[in-house]
Amino acid sequence: MCGIVGLLIKNPALRPRLGELMTPILDEMAARGPESAGLAVFTDQLSGVQRKYSIHAPIWGYDWSGFEARFIERFGTEAQLAVTGNHAVLVCDEAPAAVKKWTQEHFGQLHVLSAGRVIDVYKDIGHPSEIALRYDFRKLSGTHVVGHTRMATESAVTPDRAHPFTAGEDFCLVHNGTISNPYMIRRKLEHRGIVFETDNDTEAATRFLEWRMREGDSLEDALRQGFRELDGFYTFLIGTDTELALVRDAFACKPAIVAETDDYVAIASEFRGLAHLPGVNNAHLFEPMPEELYVWKV
Amino acid sequence: MESVMLDRSPATTRTFDLEGGSTRELNQFLHTDLAASGVRRVEVLNPKGAHSIAVGVNHPVEIDVQGHGGYYLGGMNKHASITVHGNVGWGVAENMMSGMVRVKGFASESAGATGHGGLLVIEGNASLRCGISMKGIDIVVGGGVGNYSAFMAQAGRLVVCGDAGDALGDSLYEAVLYVRGRIKSLGADAREEPMGAADIAGVGDLLRRAGLAYDPAEFKRVASARQLYHWNADANQEY
Repeated sequence: MCGIVGLLIKNPALRPRLGELMTPILDEMAARGPESAGLAVFTDQLSGVQRKYSIHAPIWGYDWSGFEARFIERFGTEAQLAVTGNHAVLVCDEAPAAVKKWTQEHFGQLHVLSAGRVIDVYKDIGHPSEIALRYDFRKLSGTHVVGHTRMATESAVTPDRAHPFTAGEDFCLVHNGTISNPYMIRRKLEHRGIVFETDNDTEAATRFLEWRMREGDSLEDALRQGFRELDGFYTFLIGTDTELALVRDAFACKPAIVAETDDYVAIASEFRGLAHLPGVNNAHLFEPMPEELYVWKV
Repeated sequence: MESVMLDRSPATTRTFDLEGGSTRELNQFLHTDLAASGVRRVEVLNPKGAHSIAVGVNHPVEIDVQGHGGYYLGGMNKHASITVHGNVGWGVAENMMSGMVRVKGFASESAGATGHGGLLVIEGNASLRCGISMKGIDIVVGGGVGNYSAFMAQAGRLVVCGDAGDALGDSLYEAVLYVRGRIKSLGADAREEPMGAADIAGVGDLLRRAGLAYDPAEFKRVASARQLYHWNADANQEY
């Protein structure tokens, strides 16, 4: 199993309540994936060339001051670091390739979880409800969130193998299921210079779809190509800066249900995850069909 | 056996609110205390998608679930008549033996899976694999059914008032399927056959019991061509 968690706020007045509305979905889906959890939250957009990076440290009490000082020393730039325990969000003017390379070279124990202008990523091991408390998920605000509770089958239980997986900028994916041909996908992408960070099957799907979009595909076209090339079982929930997308493979043996109202689009693996939402009893409730595209714009 | 109980007096009704109470409390009552309790009707409030509501009931009782149920609702049911005033998750009435389960909304995957007897009515749509490996249950779906429905269905009848998805009745045994709408595709060894007088009468009876006013003559019959019953060494990987 694994639990899929998604929420897109349509009514801007509810954006400050994104975390408060989402966290009970995550709590309820913890039964489907009690080992680790994570989410990507899409926030207000940074201006100009600014980028933000979610960075994970191996220990909760990590001393981030050295990182910040050396970063500013190296890049000679304004940089702000907002720390929550073993996670930090770095805001600066530097491009992703440079930040990732430098971080890896000088702070090898740190892991850059995401890059972009709107995305923040948190992921960790432990019970999802504890993780939600650890990072105060209830306080999150933003336009949409893509979350996951993991029951591992394809790779070890570690923070970097928890979902969401990211690639490129402002792009993330969570997955319930297993990809059968991740190494075939991986070999194909590695030939094109795409670097993998884990041995996880979901990372292959994430990098494949992001690669298609970088090659010019729309999200919809990338997903259609995914139906042809990604072999296996999946419910995918994908977040970009402007879209939330949900798809299931042809066999559709991994569940999902959607509740849509004038205020929100909420997605969970099972209805019990959505039962607490305001107005859910009058929501348009439906299950996504196999190999159909469900894409909502922010 | 179907139970029809119309006694709704408060003295014989017991209400379980799953908002504060647990599914286990409900099911323990149904399994151990119900028979001697004189309760004829059980009402379940705030199901909120919980799994395994009213599973394994072995007593004639009327159960009303007021809201959306989760997985396996009414599974293994014997004798009880269960109505869900909402939708249900996977495996509603799985392995039902007798009695009735009625879903007013839609049902997720594998509705009525491996059911041996009784009647399952889904007033809305049923998702993929409806009636998979059914073994004698009757299933009436007011809407359509998803792909791979009645896969390896062994006995019983599946009546679909809407459309059927891909691979309907794949590797069918002796279950018979009736579809009023369009069949996207038939599975291996399933074939359309003419409706006989017994089919018309049987579908008419099931529709009447389901409370659906369709003309049985509008339905197509799908049954097994029985070509997979014996190994064909010359088939050359055709299946």
